[in-house]
Amino acid sequence: MPVNGYKPLIVAFCCNWCSYAGADLAGNNRLNYPADVKIIRVPCSCRVNPMFVLRAFQRGADGVIICGCHPGDCHYTSGNYFTRRRMALLFSMLDYLGIERERTRVEWVSAAEGAKFAATMNDFAETVASLGENKRLEDLRCKK
Amino acid sequence: MQKVTAKTLSGKAASLLNAGEVKYVLGWKKGEFDYDITPALFESAEELEKDFVWNDFSCANLSKYLIKYTRSLSGKILVFLKPCDTFSFNQLLTEHRIDRQKVYAVGVPCSGMADEKKIRENADGITAISETEEGYLVHTLYSDAPAFISKEEALLEKCLSCKGWAHIALDEQIEGEVFAPSADRFDQVKALENMTPDERYHFWQNELSRCIRCNACRDVCPACTCEKCVFDNPNSGVENKAAANSFEEKMFHIIRAFHVAGRCTDCGECSRVCPQKIPLHLLNRKFINDIDSFYGEYQAGLDEGSRAPLVDYDTGDLEPSQVFDWRDGQNA
Ligand code: SF4
Ligand code: SF4
Ligand code: FES
Repeated sequence: MPVNGYKPLIVAFCCNWCSYAGADLAGNNRLNYPADVKIIRVPCSCRVNPMFVLRAFQRGADGVIICGCHPGDCHYTSGNYFTRRRMALLFSMLDYLGIERERTRVEWVSAAEGAKFAATMNDFAETVASLGENKRLEDLRCKK
Repeated sequence: MQKVTAKTLSGKAASLLNAGEVKYVLGWKKGEFDYDITPALFESAEELEKDFVWNDFSCANLSKYLIKYTRSLSGKILVFLKPCDTFSFNQLLTEHRIDRQKVYAVGVPCSGMADEKKIRENADGITAISETEEGYLVHTLYSDAPAFISKEEALLEKCLSCKGWAHIALDEQIEGEVFAPSADRFDQVKALENMTPDERYHFWQNELSRCIRCNACRDVCPACTCEKCVFDNPNSGVENKAAANSFEEKMFHIIRAFHVAGRCTDCGECSRVCPQKIPLHLLNRKFINDIDSFYGEYQAGLDEGSRAPLVDYDTGDLEPSQVFDWRDGQNA
C-alpha cells in the first residue's frame, strides 16, 4: 500500500499454529497483501520477547505486528494471554516515550482466517505508510 | 533528623550480637563524605559503636545485600529495614532469593530521607553536613558560615510520595512515628500522558540521552536479581557499554523497566543512585500505574507469595488495541 510511493517495512511475528497457517491460507487463496510484510514464525505469540519488537525497529522495521491464535485457542492453552498483557504494557510504554502508537499492533488470526490475515496486513501497512518512516526508534548504524 | 536515634539501633544490634542471637549486622556507615552513608556489615559491638550510622542519609535499601550475604556467610544476619525496604525484602522472599531463616529483620521507623543530589546542587566543596531539627547545615570550603537547607527542600524524591505504610515481614519492630505521605506518586506520570507524543518524545530524549550506562540503576535494584543479566550477555550487542545512540538508550531503559514490571516495589533506589539524575521512577511508575489500572491494583512485595501481574492473566483482559482509548477515557 504505497503512500506517495513510500512502502513501509512491516515485521509480522506469527505463531506457528494459527496465524502462520492463516498467512499460508491467504497465499493459497491468492489474496493480496504487501510483499514488504516480512513474516517471522514463532512457536507461540508469547515467544515474542519485548526485545524482539525493539530489535525489529532497530533493524529497519517501520511497523511491528504480532499475530497469534484467538484468546482461548492458543496451542499452549494460555500463551496468548501472556502476550496480551506484555504487549499491552510494552506498547503503552512506547507511546509514553513518544513513539507513534500506530506502529505496533496485536491481532488474533486463526488458521482458517486467510482473508482476515490479508485484510489485517493491508490495513496495518496502510496505517504505517501514512506515518512515514520510523525515525524515533531507528538505529542509523543499521541503515543501508 | 531521624526521630529514632542511631544509639537505639546500634544498642539493639549490639545486644542481639552479644546474646548470640545474630552473628552479623547489616547497617550503614560513613563513606567518604557526610552525605555518603553506605551499607556495611558489622560483626561486633565494638565495630557498631565505632562506625554505625543512622541518619537522613541512611537511604540505602539493604534488602538486596541479603542475597549475597545469606549465601556467603553462615550465621544469622540482622538487617535494618525502613518501611519501604520491607516491601523489597518481602518481594525477594516471594521470589525465593533469600532464605528467611538466616535473617533477623528489624523494622526502623523512618522520618524521611535526604537527597544528597539536591544538597550538592547548591553547594560546592562540601566539608561537612550537620543535621538540625528543621534541616541541614552545609559547611563548605568557601565560607565560614554554613548554608541551611530545609528538610522539605532536600527530601528524597521517593519520600515525597512515601507509601507511608506499616512495616511488613519483620521479626521485630522499633517503635516510632511513620512518615506521612504528601504527594500522589502518579501525578507526574499522568502529566506526561497528557502531553502530546512529540512533547513526550523530546522529554525522554533529553532525559535518556544523559545515560552513561554505568548500570548503577540495575545493580542497586532489589528486583534486578538475575544471575545473568541480558545486559551482560556478550552476544547481545548491548553488553556493559555506553549507549552508542538514542536507540540503545531507549532500548536499555525500556527493557530495564520491563524486566522489573510487576515486581518493582517502587523503592526508589534506581532514581536515587543515578549519577545523571535520570527520573527512572517515571518509567517504573508508568508500568505500575498501567498495571493498576488495566489489571487491578497491585503492590509488589505487599503479600508474600502473591503472583506478579505479568506471570498472571485474566481471560477478560484488555486487548493491546484497547488500552489507549480506555486510558484516554480515564484521563479525560
Ligand atoms: S544509573 Fe543512570 S546513568 Fe547509570 S545506567 Fe542507570 S540510568 Fe544510566
Ligand atoms: S526499579 Fe527502581 S524503584 Fe523499582 S524495585 Fe528496582 S530500584 Fe526499586
Ligand atoms: S500457539 Fe498461537 S498464540 Fe500460542
